[in-house]
Amino acid sequence: MTTVQDLPNRQITPRPVRFARAREFLRTHRSLSVIVGMALFAAALPVIVLLPPFSGFSGQAVWLDGFTIAGIYVLLALGLNIVVGLSGLLDLGYAAFFAIGSYTFAFAAAPFTHNDFPFWPMLLVGAVMAAVFGVLLGAPTLRLRGDYLAIVTLGFGEIVPIVFLNASKYTDGPNGIGGISPPKVLDYIFPTTGNPWPYYLVMAGLIAFSMILIYRLEESRLGRAWMAIREDELAAASNGVNTVTTKLLAFALGASTAGLAGVFSASKLTLVSPNLFRFDVSFTVLAMVVLGGMGNTWGVAVGAFVIFMIQNVVLKQLNLFFDSVQVPILSDINFIQYQFLLYGIALVAMMLLRPEGLFPSRRRRRELHTEEDPSFAESGDPLGAAPE
Amino acid sequence: MTALTPEVRPSVLSSVRHARIGPWLFVAAVAAVVFAFIGPAQFMNALTLGAIYALVALGYTMVYGIIELINFAHGDVFMVGAFTSMFVLTNALGQKSPEHDIVRLIFLIVAAMLITMVVMGVLGVLIERFAYRPLRNAPRLAPLITAIGVSYILQNAIQILFGPSPVTSPQLIEPTARVNIMGQEVSWLRIFIILSSIGLMIALQVFVNRTKLGRAMRSTAQDREAAQLMGVDINRTIAATFFIGSALAGAAGVINGLYFGNIQFDLGFQAGLKAFTAAVLGGIGNITGAALGGFIIGFVEVMAGSFGFFVWAQAFVFAVLIITLVFRPAGLFGQQIGERA
Amino acid sequence: MSGPAGTSDGAGPEIVEAEIVVAEAVVVREATAPEAGPAQGEALLRARSVTKRFGGLVAVRDVNLDIPPRAIVSIIGPNGAGKTTFFNVVAGILDPTSGSVEFAGRTMVARPRRTWLEPILWMLPAVLVLVVAFLLGVQSRTEAEVLVTAAVALGTLVFTLLLAIVRPSWYQTLLARYLGVLRSARPNDMVAAGIGRTFQNIRLFQNMTALENVLVGMHLKLRSNLIDHLLSTRRQRQEEDVAARRASELLRLVGLRGRENEVARNLPYGDQRRLELARALGNDPALLLLDEPTAGMNPAETAQMTQLIGRLRRDLGVSVLLIEHDMRVVMGISDHILVMDHGERISEGTPDHVRRDPKVIEAYLGAAPT
Repeated sequence: MTTVQDLPNRQITPRPVRFARAREFLRTHRSLSVIVGMALFAAALPVIVLLPPFSGFSGQAVWLDGFTIAGIYVLLALGLNIVVGLSGLLDLGYAAFFAIGSYTFAFAAAPFTHNDFPFWPMLLVGAVMAAVFGVLLGAPTLRLRGDYLAIVTLGFGEIVPIVFLNASKYTDGPNGIGGISPPKVLDYIFPTTGNPWPYYLVMAGLIAFSMILIYRLEESRLGRAWMAIREDELAAASNGVNTVTTKLLAFALGASTAGLAGVFSASKLTLVSPNLFRFDVSFTVLAMVVLGGMGNTWGVAVGAFVIFMIQNVVLKQLNLFFDSVQVPILSDINFIQYQFLLYGIALVAMMLLRPEGLFPSRRRRRELHTEEDPSFAESGDPLGAAPE
Repeated sequence: MTALTPEVRPSVLSSVRHARIGPWLFVAAVAAVVFAFIGPAQFMNALTLGAIYALVALGYTMVYGIIELINFAHGDVFMVGAFTSMFVLTNALGQKSPEHDIVRLIFLIVAAMLITMVVMGVLGVLIERFAYRPLRNAPRLAPLITAIGVSYILQNAIQILFGPSPVTSPQLIEPTARVNIMGQEVSWLRIFIILSSIGLMIALQVFVNRTKLGRAMRSTAQDREAAQLMGVDINRTIAATFFIGSALAGAAGVINGLYFGNIQFDLGFQAGLKAFTAAVLGGIGNITGAALGGFIIGFVEVMAGSFGFFVWAQAFVFAVLIITLVFRPAGLFGQQIGERA
Repeated sequence: MSGPAGTSDGAGPEIVEAEIVVAEAVVVREATAPEAGPAQGEALLRARSVTKRFGGLVAVRDVNLDIPPRAIVSIIGPNGAGKTTFFNVVAGILDPTSGSVEFAGRTMVARPRRTWLEPILWMLPAVLVLVVAFLLGVQSRTEAEVLVTAAVALGTLVFTLLLAIVRPSWYQTLLARYLGVLRSARPNDMVAAGIGRTFQNIRLFQNMTALENVLVGMHLKLRSNLIDHLLSTRRQRQEEDVAARRASELLRLVGLRGRENEVARNLPYGDQRRLELARALGNDPALLLLDEPTAGMNPAETAQMTQLIGRLRRDLGVSVLLIEHDMRVVMGISDHILVMDHGERISEGTPDHVRRDPKVIEAYLGAAPT
């Protein structure tokens, strides 16, 4: 204890924050900023892809389709960020909730089941279904130590595709369910091929909507409780936070975001099949959250977008590029094959070197650089109460 | 900081001396029921599978006991072990088919075992040194994420090296060679697998209970700081734990190759999940528990298969995990720790 | 550290001001005081033969303790005497091996009993739904009916699981009365009942600001729910404003005025202790558990802390249970002292009585205060 007193006094003068007033404005008018920012971003992208380096790869329609799919991953990353980033729980089976959302819509609106429920209410239903399973899984597990959640979700993420694969009477097994109906607005049916704009705009709207809600949660009493649990679960409980309920809420809200993304994705791809929801998806989304900066909502969104684009555009283009210039060794390498190896390396390197991610939230940065702080290391003693 | 119960760790790395009779009876009862249902041939199959899971589970439980980390990469170490042994046998020793000369057979098996175990041990130590040790004081989430990253690196490295499809691994012991035991045809291969894994488990028990390093491990698991004050070299002890755990996973990899005859890059993922379930079932941190848990998982899987639910085997194992966590989170051999917070 | 000079300079005026705040705070307390408070003269907290065993080691053996309202009770004893273990049992962190703790007339902490029954109960309603549906012959009807049955079963399961986690008091009473399932209170239940605590080695939320720390401490005082959060309703915003003001008051009360926006880990050591105290006060506790509140403090800070504790009792009407090594603190402010050694009570009584007890002096090997 006494060593703490010998510490040099850091602090007193807070570091001057750049653009303090702009930041303050963004903070107080969060929802407005999100909407405006998202609108600007969504308007800029279609223009950018018309410019030279990008226009050379593919046409605008293909690009917009790609962005829409990227949007699905952005939603997934935003949802996982609630669990991993805001509350510090590790969910390794996130794709399972994505699958549950997707299959919910597939059951509700496909020739295979002879149902045709409308898309818009199903967005909510898909989210609720995913949340229900989140509660079912989280309730027994979240009472225990955090590590168990990681392994249980890992198992769950493994089981759900197996169930969809083997319950072929209801899911058509490995073929999956196809011909899922697209959304409708009044009499206008969204085109699944050709015109990419309707899906693109809906996606932008969904992301803006989710981001606003997540920011609101983050700044509420609940968000504070999540933060407290992330920092010191026992201290949080000793200050009246019902840790299990609070963690369960985070888990269920994260799952419901995945459900939302799942419904959208089912309708966009008009197809669901078990191999769309393998562990790779969970891992990719986790990598997006970690690289984007755990706990930083906009950082995670940008991170997810960038990574998806790298994965689906840059790596492919690299192959094409090296093929075309015929560099002896490089043209033999299939870069897409290395994708997950790269994610693995990036994840480890990130945790070791820059745990706060590429776009860190300031708070998270403080938290993750703790080794040099003896007073914190001391409070890391599990109970603070070992029998003396 | 999710450590809410460390004061009452489930009898960490506890030994046979502390064993109670109840869990043993439970395991015996399960074995008897399974035996009655599936008959001797399938029972041997279950024991063989169980032996493999048990060996992998030991590494999970030891590492968790000592640094409270779920080492997600452990299942993949097992997988890399299987590939190493395959590589050693086919490429280095040029053996592709069953070996009938008993002397050469013993030599081949011992060589494959030793090389694989040492290589895997070193791999485990390297993983610990570079991926986990720097994060020992970081928030809990960090090493867990690193662990899953390492698991992915191993998996994809092997996939790139050996390709995504199953690879043939030499079955040194002729799988059809059988011996008659009490009117029952039992293959030599299974006998070898069961006996060698039980041998390894006993060796581990003796090591942990009788040697200085084993004592250091147990004391580190109990209370790292106190152990350090008593002069235990924490880093060396943890590295040793990783070495032994990974070496056992390597042995399991060798056995897996001998038994199934082909191996694939994603082998470790499912096996890891099952082995972890075994460790939880036995009471995580408890060596005896993990070994017995492995056998129970083997029983569950073979039971599911013999009732025609083969594709659901994984789901049954998962159900076992959930049921254990709901009803007895400390596992069979752990002390019952109350739900807290 | 800037502590000694900085804080003692500022302490004078701050304390004067704090008096005013305290007056306000008392009003708040009385307005929100639980009706189920103890009758006059009855103990607020009543620990009955609490025993805690870790494997073969008995950390606490058969300890009884009554804490009357508005009293300051201390537990002293050499290292390893089991003080902190006892504390953790009272705070709901550890389940006792036997014995019980009553608070404000309700048994809060006891050895859990038949807890394995509870998970079965979670499943029971869902299974019942399925069985009833099956008996009604749902399997031979249309697919829609099967689906509805499945949905209802799933819904019941989710409901029971949620119930088990939220654990409303009627649920616990039902379980205890009819099935004999007894669960000890969780730390957050103890806080809800009116017990606040601090930790021996400070456990602040290191990366949150001082204000946020206190706001987390006020968690149970805030009533906004998930809908409020999502819609960012006016109710929530008003509540947050009021809460922030109250949190600043608490910070001023412990002498941390103007430090609201400082990150907890950047505060000097003594201030971290005060902040932890402010956080524990956030929920308007009736009893404060302070685990070595002056550990690692210099004499000036210790004196201030002692003064502060006395004032909390006087002005907020809280009882205090104190673990302390510093005899000057203990002897100065305690009404009642419990001396423990090797997990057992060796002496108990007023400071004067304890000071003269030869057993205490022996336990401290002459290190007893003169």
